[in-house]
Parts: sequence; C-alpha cells; structure tokens
Amino acid sequence: MEPAGDAAERPFCAWCGGARAEGDHASCDRRLATVDPPRHCPRCARRMIVQVDPMGWTARCSRHGESTGASGFA
Amino acid sequence: MTAVETGSTGEEIAGGDVLAVAREQVLERGEGLTQEQVLAVLQLPTERLGEALALAHEVRMRWCGPEVEVEGIVSLKTGGCPEDCHFCSQSGLFDSPVRAAWLDTDRLVEAAKQTAKTGATEFCIVAAVRGPDAKLMEQVRAGIAAIRAEVDINVACSLGMLTQAQVDELAAMGVHRYNHNLETARSHFPEVVTTHSWEERWETLRMVRAAGMEVCCGGIVGMGETLEQRAEFAVQLAELEPDEVPLNFLIPNPGTPFAHLEVPQGADALMTVAAFRLALPRTVLRFAGGRELTLGDLGAEQGMLGGVNAIIVGNYLTNLGRPAEQDLDMLETLKMPIKALNDTL
Repeated sequence: MEPAGDAAERPFCAWCGGARAEGDHASCDRRLATVDPPRHCPRCARRMIVQVDPMGWTARCSRHGESTGASGFA
Repeated sequence: MTAVETGSTGEEIAGGDVLAVAREQVLERGEGLTQEQVLAVLQLPTERLGEALALAHEVRMRWCGPEVEVEGIVSLKTGGCPEDCHFCSQSGLFDSPVRAAWLDTDRLVEAAKQTAKTGATEFCIVAAVRGPDAKLMEQVRAGIAAIRAEVDINVACSLGMLTQAQVDELAAMGVHRYNHNLETARSHFPEVVTTHSWEERWETLRMVRAAGMEVCCGGIVGMGETLEQRAEFAVQLAELEPDEVPLNFLIPNPGTPFAHLEVPQGADALMTVAAFRLALPRTVLRFAGGRELTLGDLGAEQGMLGGVNAIIVGNYLTNLGRPAEQDLDMLETLKMPIKALNDTL
C-alpha cells in the first residue's frame, strides 16, 4: 500500500492512467511490479515517453519531468 | 513464486512412445524431431513433463554443452512502427500507451557496457520498424562503431526487413548476428500480421545467412496458435537452421489486438521448450520475453534444466525483466557456466 501522502500526490495509476480512487488497480500494480515500466504519469495521467534499457527505465512526463527506475521485481 | 505443477492427466500418445523415439533419434543421432513427432511431444500428458524436460536437457548437454549464452538487448528506436504485429505495443496503428522514443549513442554505449558487465557475450540493438531507413542505418553505424571502441562484446541487430544492400552494409559493420523472428507458424502468420508476409521475413533471413551473419530467428508462444501450428513452427525453424532461436511467451499488452489473450500456462510453455529443443538439438535456444509472467522463478529454472541454453538478462525492449543478478545467481545455483566471448568467435 502506498503511504497516504504519496497517494495524494500520485492520484493516477501509472499503468492504465485511470484514477486510483476509482476501480481496482491490483492487476495494474502486478504488471508494474513484474514486467512493465510506468506508462502514465502518476501525478497527471499524461502518457510518458519511456526508454527501457537493460538495467532500468527512464520515463518523461511533459509536465512533471523525468523519473527513473530499475528492473521489475526490484 | 510457485513451481509449475506437473500432475494433471492427459491423453495417450498415438503411434508409440515419442520420448523413447526421441532418445534414440535426437539424443543419440542428433536428428531433430519431425512435425508429427513434435506434435506428439506437445500433446504429452502433463505428468510426463518432467520426463520430457529431462530428455531435452540431456539433448542440450550432449549437442550444445553446459555453457549458457547470455545476451542483453536494447531498443534503439521505440514505438511508431507502421506494421500491425498484433502482439506488439510498438505499432503506431494501435492505441497503445507506448510512445515513440530514440536512444542516443551515449546511452546505447552505456547499455552495452551494462550488458557486458553481466558476462554477456551478445548485445542486440533493436528498432521498431518495417525496415531501416537511411537515418536509422546511420545511427546503427555510429552506434556500432562507438560500442566496438569501448566494449568487448558481440553486436547483434534486429532492424526488421532488409534489402540486400542493407544486409551487406550490416555485415561490413561487423554485425555478428541478425535477429528477425518468424514469430509463428506460416499457417498462423496472417492471424498475427497483415502488413507483410511470412515469406518476406524468410527472404531477409536467407540474405542474412548468405552474407555470413549468424541467424537468430524465433517467435512468440501463446498467440492463439494450435498445438499443430506450434509443431509446424518448430519444424519450419529447423528447416531454416538458425544459429539461435529466442522463445518468447506472449505478454498481452494493452491496446494491441492480442490484449485479451491469456498469459500462456507454465506447463504448456515448458512442454513447448522441451519440444523445441527436441526439434532443434544443436541450436542456441534462448529464454526471451514473457518468462517472468508465464513461468516465474522456479519455472525458469525448470526451463534451464529442460533444454534452454541461453537467456536474455535484464530488461527487454518495452517490458522489464528480472534484475540480471537474479538470473546470474540462478545459473550459478544450477552450476551452468556462462559462455565466454572467445568461445563465440
């Protein structure tokens, strides 16, 4: 579960782009934890430009800037 | 993560015990199974999965040896592809969340360095295109030159369908291996791709082989093909005699025509691994994308003990893999040495 403050700042699902307060995002979270990088900005739901490389990923939102991460299962 | 279950019931094999035939034909003589025989393996009851995997492992050890070939891949050009491969999130024809991106040469070289640090001997540069244009060929040329100046690793490419001139250019650049997947059986291909033909892909592979590059050609399991078509695909690959066959398991990606398909079942996937090894006794058989969802950790180990002798470590093109260290630890646990670079030259 995400910390309350974090959830407030990240109201959107990074996988499907839907509002986290609406619907069930358990399957989205499983995909994000295993095989998918974030595709939508969790702050504004914009589709991000994502580059995956062998050891990580970089995602860029046109409004909220760049975020990075490691492989799945991390 | 749970192990793949091997206890369900199944039907008898028509025409005798295919694994006994395979032991004599494939293990002893090195002759791959026929289409009918491959189908018989795919139709084995689940309780014989362990037996099939054990035989496939023996075949791999006898005809390929204990080494495991490790590879890393990276997407040089992501998304915006004009083709309609129904499994692919990078097609510009589908409402996929994947947006177009280009990787610059500095980051390409860094990706090659990261890959080499894992002990990998292959680094494959991939672009989501029908075939390369002049801009992409120039970027590939610059990228390969930069990698060769800084990293000791074989460079492979996967740039779609090629002209003879492009094949010759890539060979002259020193590309060690060229990947171009046939993806599925010829009879099933029109259900997967409509913007180009299976035969066009075959023609690229023929030119690649003739130019002296190694041929890497595999596909994706779980795209709605029948077991008969899966057997057909195995023998069509055997006919091609590729140096490497990467086996992917479908990841149903949102926005694609195959988004509704189920992730392949683990036991089904593992029986396919065994069957492909028995059809291709001497080929590098590589675990590629989708094993994380289909097999999990223990299923991946079963596959490594069931005919697979190569893996892609780290992430894929648009999907993530396990951290490379997990796969390297797995190989150490299984006492499988990583193939050294000087063994590939």
